[in-house]
Amino acid sequence: MTAITYREACRQGLREALIRDPRVFLMGEDIGRYGGCYAVTKGLLDEFGEERIRDTPLSESAYVGAGIGAALAGMRPIVEIMTVNFSLLALDQIVNNAATIPHMSGGQFAIPLVLRIATGGGRRVAAQHSHSLEGWYAHIPGLKVLAPAVVEDARFMLAAALADPNPVLIFEHVMLYNIEAELDPAVSEVDIERAKVRREGDDVSLFGYGNGLVKALAAAEILAAEGIAAEVVDLRVLRPLDTATILKSVAKTRRVVIVDEGWKSGSLSAEIGMRIAEEGFFDLDAPLRRVCGAEVPMPYAPHLEDAALPQPQKIAAAARDLARPPKGSQ
Amino acid sequence: MNKVRLDHAHLHHLLRQMIRIRQFEAKCVELYQAQKILGFLHLYDGEEAVSVGVMEALRPEDAIVATYREHGQAIARGIGMDRLMAEMLGKLEGTCRGRGGSMHIFDRATRFYGGNAIVGGGLPLAVGIALGDKMQGRAAITASFFGDGAVEEGEFHESMNLASLWHLPLLFVCENNLYAMGMALERAEAETELVRKAAGYRMAGAAVDGMDVVAVEVAARAAADRIRGGEGPQFLECRTYRLRAHSMYDAQLYRTKEEVEAWRKKGPIVRFYGWLLDNGLIHDEEMRAIEAEADAEIEAAVAFAEAGSLEPVAELERFVTMDRVPA
Repeated sequence: MTAITYREACRQGLREALIRDPRVFLMGEDIGRYGGCYAVTKGLLDEFGEERIRDTPLSESAYVGAGIGAALAGMRPIVEIMTVNFSLLALDQIVNNAATIPHMSGGQFAIPLVLRIATGGGRRVAAQHSHSLEGWYAHIPGLKVLAPAVVEDARFMLAAALADPNPVLIFEHVMLYNIEAELDPAVSEVDIERAKVRREGDDVSLFGYGNGLVKALAAAEILAAEGIAAEVVDLRVLRPLDTATILKSVAKTRRVVIVDEGWKSGSLSAEIGMRIAEEGFFDLDAPLRRVCGAEVPMPYAPHLEDAALPQPQKIAAAARDLARPPKGSQ
Repeated sequence: MNKVRLDHAHLHHLLRQMIRIRQFEAKCVELYQAQKILGFLHLYDGEEAVSVGVMEALRPEDAIVATYREHGQAIARGIGMDRLMAEMLGKLEGTCRGRGGSMHIFDRATRFYGGNAIVGGGLPLAVGIALGDKMQGRAAITASFFGDGAVEEGEFHESMNLASLWHLPLLFVCENNLYAMGMALERAEAETELVRKAAGYRMAGAAVDGMDVVAVEVAARAAADRIRGGEGPQFLECRTYRLRAHSMYDAQLYRTKEEVEAWRKKGPIVRFYGWLLDNGLIHDEEMRAIEAEADAEIEAAVAFAEAGSLEPVAELERFVTMDRVPA
């Protein structure tokens, strides 16, 4: 087995989709001749041609809406939005059309559309290129929202998303494109229904997704060295949330830290915490804790950006407090 | 060339279509006042010639994207009044099982892709439908209806550009009724000759008297022929006027009664009927018969809708996500 990057895994997923189904085509800004802002689509134009690898003008609303329309007309479009910040220019199409038409038409139409969106902070690109707005999209009925955090999910979530008759948003965290892992040759698909336990443990549950999952795993290493066994759950399906897997872990560890790069107020972490409060309250031995993005527009300076993002040490500290409360606090 | 037939049967058909729309909406007003139709109700009164004329240029395989003022398009496209009226009344038997209402008529059988309540929001969809049809080798065109207000939106400009750039089989039908809700065209647009917008996208454009159903049909057929002949998207500005309020309640402070009355005199039905009379192409009793026929159709539609059922509340969340793509 050879290791491949998350970027290469995304690319292989796209290539396979294009080979498998003639209805699949790609649209987005600089996905063709440029090779993709993050080089995910590099080489696909040469292999599949301009008809199926469509460079678009900087018209997010039009090409996302065109993806919805093409899906209505029987195609299986995969639309790339270069960064989640730009997706705001297409919000009308995503929220008012993609999310509503199946229900509003009484089930006459489905929108089998995949939107790939780069997301997240950490690249020193300041406030307008570092958002984590997955939680906003996860608020919208009619959408499905995925966040691959590992190479295997980056490789196989796309096929599952394409097989889904609904608009599926796949958020690829920009800090993950260069991570490498070996793919298990026995695995050829992943499910997009369930969260996944990435590390077993009995003392505290760490819930995260995207780059937050990577940081939660790093926090679990720190905790392990201190004799605290953290269970790390990759949420990975942000809508609909897999509440059952979350509650199962809560029942096991009885202590919870939720990691979310998004701002705390009104965040996905708030939703998860509330579901635990509603359905798992009596399984808890300690208050819920969250490690979220600081409530600031992302600053450019590295020390400030690092301070604004969830970091393994902060996650470990929150978990440590729950697993081994400081003396005098109980 | 796909010429307009000016024979007796066709001219009567055009008049009948406009009258069906006008009277259907008159009944909707009654039902609104009786609080059987709720929410917003945007009437097409005065603009009937546009959808009736354009629809004559379309074929069953073509697609339509409309706006929230789309009763006219829906009727002219051939969606049954019974299912339309049931939708207005929020009934299960409606086009959208009562989920869409007046502003969101969808009909798969006639490729009618809504009813869109976001001004300009349907235009990108139309680009995609035209693209999807083209990529699958279908000989279909898409007609996208929108108003002068949509021209103010970025989505209009993005869609015009993309359609032209990709040479899509798309007919842009601008229903310029001079007001975006209460905002007069000359207060909203630096260039009020909307047809001139097409040139900026290297798209062929034409402006037509939208109160003249035959002129609209002629222009729409010419544009559709050019699209079918491979000449790419076309822009058709239909100059028309909304004779009633924007929605049901509107004090109309933004225009004078005199202005509305002047336009009423050149309304599409009164004008076309007058022309038919002058040319000996219709008798008064034939007109009465057309009206009576439309009334009967509408009464039957109301009866159908009134007798309809309500979707069980247990089905509330059905179709929020789909379990398959409908075939």
